[in-house]
Amino acid sequence: MTCWETVQAYAFRSLGYGEKMLPRSDFDLCQQFTLIGSGLIWNVYFGVIALAFGFFLATALALAKASHSRWLRKPAEWFIFVFRGSPLFIQFFIAYSALVMLPRGGIDILGIHLNTSWMTSAWAGAAFVLFLNTSAYAAEIFYGALMSVPKGDLEAADAYGLSGWSRFRRIQWPTMLRLAWPAYTNEAIFLFHATTLVFFSGFPAFQQRGDALYYANYFADKTFNPFVPYPIVAFYFILLTFALIGLFGLVNKRLNRHLPSNTRSRIRLRPQLIR
Amino acid sequence: MKKLLLATALLALTGGVAAAQTVRLGTEGAYPPFNFIDDSGNVAGFERELGDELCKRAGLTCEWVTTDWDSIIPNLQSGNYDVIIAGMSITDERAQVVDFSMNYVPPAASAYAAGSADADITGGVVSAQVGTIQAAHVAESGATLLEFPTPDETVAAVRNGEAVAVFADKDYLVPYVNESNGALMFVGEDVPLGGGVGMAFRQSDDELRGKFDAAIQSMKDDGTLNPLIKKHFGPDAKVF
Amino acid sequence: MFSSCADPKSLEGFSWLICYLTSGKHIDFYWSFLTVLILLVVTAPTALAFGFGGAVAARSHFLPLRWFGKIYTAMVRGVPDIVFFLFFVIALDQGIEWMKHQIVCPDWTEPVRQGLEFRVCPQAKVPLGTSPQIWHQLYGFALAVFTFAIVFGAFAANVLYGAMNAVPRAQLETAESYGMSHGQVFRRILVPQMWTYALPGLSNLWMILIKATPLLFLLGVKDIVYWARELGSAKTQAYAYPHPDWRLWYFLFLLVAYLCMTRVSEIVLKKLAARLNHGQATAAGEAMRRAAQ
Repeated sequence: MTCWETVQAYAFRSLGYGEKMLPRSDFDLCQQFTLIGSGLIWNVYFGVIALAFGFFLATALALAKASHSRWLRKPAEWFIFVFRGSPLFIQFFIAYSALVMLPRGGIDILGIHLNTSWMTSAWAGAAFVLFLNTSAYAAEIFYGALMSVPKGDLEAADAYGLSGWSRFRRIQWPTMLRLAWPAYTNEAIFLFHATTLVFFSGFPAFQQRGDALYYANYFADKTFNPFVPYPIVAFYFILLTFALIGLFGLVNKRLNRHLPSNTRSRIRLRPQLIR
Repeated sequence: MKKLLLATALLALTGGVAAAQTVRLGTEGAYPPFNFIDDSGNVAGFERELGDELCKRAGLTCEWVTTDWDSIIPNLQSGNYDVIIAGMSITDERAQVVDFSMNYVPPAASAYAAGSADADITGGVVSAQVGTIQAAHVAESGATLLEFPTPDETVAAVRNGEAVAVFADKDYLVPYVNESNGALMFVGEDVPLGGGVGMAFRQSDDELRGKFDAAIQSMKDDGTLNPLIKKHFGPDAKVF
Repeated sequence: MFSSCADPKSLEGFSWLICYLTSGKHIDFYWSFLTVLILLVVTAPTALAFGFGGAVAARSHFLPLRWFGKIYTAMVRGVPDIVFFLFFVIALDQGIEWMKHQIVCPDWTEPVRQGLEFRVCPQAKVPLGTSPQIWHQLYGFALAVFTFAIVFGAFAANVLYGAMNAVPRAQLETAESYGMSHGQVFRRILVPQMWTYALPGLSNLWMILIKATPLLFLLGVKDIVYWARELGSAKTQAYAYPHPDWRLWYFLFLLVAYLCMTRVSEIVLKKLAARLNHGQATAAGEAMRRAAQ
């Protein structure tokens, strides 16, 4: 098989398209690069889903934690504590063990039939855990930023007669984002790294569709040589990290566009709040 | 410095003579009744008894080491132990990278254990342990393969409905099916896979392999192997 | 452990549970918590030392050394730690044995790499094939500590590099104006002063380290996750204490244990931060000064 044919056969194998059987013998570099790259689709999927939904939950949690009401503050603090205080590895495991306990046939609540069987698959269950996890980490970052919004800004908002929602949306939120963005970039990078744990703890691979590490493990297992596939995973993740830094850098530029160039917060890769 | 090194080398040499040769046996410790960790934390099961007897016959001092199934062959090759004795089926694929002893369990069937008699084992979701011949077989059979890192999770997957059936060594599944009060049952035909279970050695370790081969042969000859198999796998188990 | 536990299958209810929870395997499980704590206690200073070296290298005026420092600190940002763990330990193990092989058996003629096999002379094995099991376990543990220290050392280097740059220029200039040499400024001012700036990052790192310990079992060390999986999985009659799949309960127990560890660390680190911030020219130090007035 030429390399191009391999790419055609396996580029989307992780999603179930292309060749059904994984290569069984005569492993070459091309196969390893293609399949591990194919698995990377899952890592990107998990990362993007968790970040996209997590952003909103994190904002809500940060606000709840900053709230004066006990009833809002305490649950938010506990949520953040549980997810930041325990290993993701164990969170995955517990989530999977708990999800498989749901009745197979589905649940009937108030006459609505809820199907539950899909929840144990990695694409739903693992993405959900990652979503909660990143929300907790990002909430802590956002909370810190919310506390650092300059007092003067808030007083100015009061003077302009802004209050409640419009004060939050027009003053607090943009400043919070700007201050939090460098740390949030780090969180995003480490979230993508964390996606490699999905098929390593709890969640089973379905029809041999897995993430980059799953295929690397497959090759390491078949070729009995760990020194080729794992560095390939490392290579892909370095690329992914660069792409993320670039993307988040663009957003950072936009968040800081109104500031004189010497006071802009650059994405410094020496974080205080890394995962 | 040189003196020191010489001293250690000498020590190693004399130590080697005095304590006979210590052979490290690598096993998984999670595959009852072949091998498992018993409740006092030691390796136990069929292969524990067999391995100890073989070492005695070959005049070797043996030590047990447990490791993950995933990395059991790479760890052999990098010398972390000298023998794999872990219910490993003899296959051509593995024989390319390790050398097998003669089998000490005859080629045995693999079987499907399912939650219901009408389980669809050719088109449904079937669980198997990652990196086993059974997993490879399911992937080819047209059924949807669901892979887990440990054998025990594959059975758990059938109990909780993740998979319609589990495909594994029949010897491994029999106790689970018998003790399930009808919740698990064998379905479909048994599938003969592999060339029996053997010990695996590094390809450069012919001498050690020879010793164990002789020991296995002597157990086969004097009729002590078959009762051992029956003791652990039940009276219906296949013997030599 | 207790004499009443001699025949577990005849026991029921509470006495069964007592015997079950004190079986040899469970005792091993409880001891493995100590393994994790030892790992934390040994790894933290080692990683800090690596991090310090990395940070100093990254600040060096000597170009190759600076590059080395920068690459080392950038490395962990790009690559997931689990990927490191999966192949680095094997590489390290083989590297050590290869070096020992060069020294101990200079006239060994066979190639070390035979296909996929890695074969050094028997005297070069680390530890020697004849040594007792405990040495093999200790060696495995040492490899794990080293691997953790490399990965977390890179994180620590990030933090320390930032902290060194955060020490106010004026303080260093004052020291220079007193006639201190480069090394003296570094030892007497920069290093003592940087800790207050480094502490938030290092505290965070300590938390990450605690949460990374479940990865130990990937390195072949029998840690709490290994035993929780082993104990929780369904047991047939081949075992003395047959039971269904109880892994969820064991993992919930681990969750609580980890939450306790992180909570205690948080409290201790907060106290430490208060001490370090005392009298510092930082916002936190200023806040403490005002509160004391």
